[in-house]
Amino acid sequence: MKNQVFHDSVLQDITGLSVIKIFTTLILLSLFSGYTYFVYTDGTSIPENTQTITSEAQKGKLLYQKLNCTSCHQLYGLGGYLGPDLTNTMSENEKGEQFTKAIMKSGTKRMPDFKLTTNEIDQLLAYLKYVNQTTVQHYDQ
Amino acid sequence: MINKNSVAFYFLYASLISLLGGLLFGMTGGLQYILPDFLKDVLSFNRTRPLHVSLVITWIFTAAAGGIYYYIQIITGKKLWSEMLARIHFILFLLTGVSILFCYLTGRFGGREYFEFPPVLSIPMMLTWILFAVNFFNTLKPKLKQAPIYVWMWCTGIIFFLLSFIEQYLWMIPWFRDNMIRDITVQWKSMGAIVGSWNQLVYGTAFFIMEKISGNTKVTRSPLTFFFYFLGLTNLMFNWGHHTYIVPSSPYIKNIAYFISMTELLILGNIIFNWRKTVSEARKNYHRIPYRFLSAADVWIFFNLAIAIAISVPAINLYTHGTHITVAHAMGATIGINSMILLASLFFIAEQEGNFFKNISGRINKGFWITNISLLIFLLALIGAGIAKTVELQAQTPFSVMMQKLSPYFGFFTASGAGILLGMALITLPLSGFLLKIIRNRKH
Repeated sequence: MKNQVFHDSVLQDITGLSVIKIFTTLILLSLFSGYTYFVYTDGTSIPENTQTITSEAQKGKLLYQKLNCTSCHQLYGLGGYLGPDLTNTMSENEKGEQFTKAIMKSGTKRMPDFKLTTNEIDQLLAYLKYVNQTTVQHYDQ
Repeated sequence: MINKNSVAFYFLYASLISLLGGLLFGMTGGLQYILPDFLKDVLSFNRTRPLHVSLVITWIFTAAAGGIYYYIQIITGKKLWSEMLARIHFILFLLTGVSILFCYLTGRFGGREYFEFPPVLSIPMMLTWILFAVNFFNTLKPKLKQAPIYVWMWCTGIIFFLLSFIEQYLWMIPWFRDNMIRDITVQWKSMGAIVGSWNQLVYGTAFFIMEKISGNTKVTRSPLTFFFYFLGLTNLMFNWGHHTYIVPSSPYIKNIAYFISMTELLILGNIIFNWRKTVSEARKNYHRIPYRFLSAADVWIFFNLAIAIAISVPAINLYTHGTHITVAHAMGATIGINSMILLASLFFIAEQEGNFFKNISGRINKGFWITNISLLIFLLALIGAGIAKTVELQAQTPFSVMMQKLSPYFGFFTASGAGILLGMALITLPLSGFLLKIIRNRKH
């Protein structure tokens, strides 16, 4: 009889815990799904007065990836640390378009010369300009 | 003896090769920090970094998967559901891995952070994981109501990796790619979950080994353990936003991330609360090599969690983000926590297969201490570099001047990186030799 009571209480505990575990899992998954939807839509929408990406900047973005610039440079804190963060390089004092263009043309002590064509440099600059204005527009708002 | 097939050992052997390769390329990258011309035209940093990162991530996933293939046979008392599928998994993994290395060495990139290979290679990579998932679920047929914590964690890790890996490639759709804010935010979100998913696989492995070493099956089923599991899962889902404080996305994302990240204080508190017990247990079981590595992981969890919580505070994150303090956090987690647990797992498996370290325990012990002391210097050098960078950024020092000022820190982290490589070589070379012997014996 004593054993039966013990057995029942253990079973009750296990069942109670199982219900809580399943219930918690379902709640978390529902919250995560809703949150993911929010992140994909309103949570990351660009302000209305911000310029959308141009086709040249789109090409620049793909070129940025093809050259693996992210291994040395950061955009919004994402990327490597061997080179400077490029998020606002187009509007920073003492940098800007001409400075960035010169670096792209010949490389530096650390950065290899990627032998970029004028067209490719323009595409990369268009992309960096686009990235830069996403921050400027946000703060203007 | 159930584990007659050798497929688990193929994965474990490959994982050690990946680890040593990853450390070697890490060293090369470190040298490029202090000697800017070093291999600049042959193996530039945009090649060494992905080689390093991909190989060490492969070490973590492959050692975890190999261990799980081995452990689920112990748990069920049966062979794998399909050994053929596991072999196909291994061959596909090998082909994909070699293709990725070839792409990196020849400068063909997809250029996404941590997934720098051409996107087409994500298809076979995804397929390998599906094969693993199919074999895992069919072998184990987990009944989650009664399952211990490690089964929950492995299930979570496998499922979340699949989801997050798909999410990582949403940039292929213009809706995500053409909006910079969305692209960066979703990238951080999926990376946070991918790291969380491998943590689930690795921590699940730690729970399994601890249960087998102590013989105590209560802890892996206790309500408190499950409470911390759900807290960890909540962090996996929502805390990634602390990487996006500087991204102009919705403030809700940041506020939620900050709030959730602070719940990690409970985990930290629990570690401190159980510290005395942990230390006495560690002393008691010090002679057992797997336990020694688990104890080291315990210390690094404390160290790393403290950094993680600190850099989740927006006022601190504002200064530390984009500095080497973030790298210290990542390295502390991957080397200090994940690698120590996975080495414990490998030594635990080696123990099951024969007492091979009888004559070489001195060498392993040396390797253990060299690795851990080097890691401490390595992390301190990174934190020092991070603080110095923060100061220089505030002073608006030009980038090249700043890099020169930081070079002593880079010197320390490269030298201590060499120490980690040496220590790991002392540990892993005899271990890989033993694994190779097992593979050969099982073939005959």
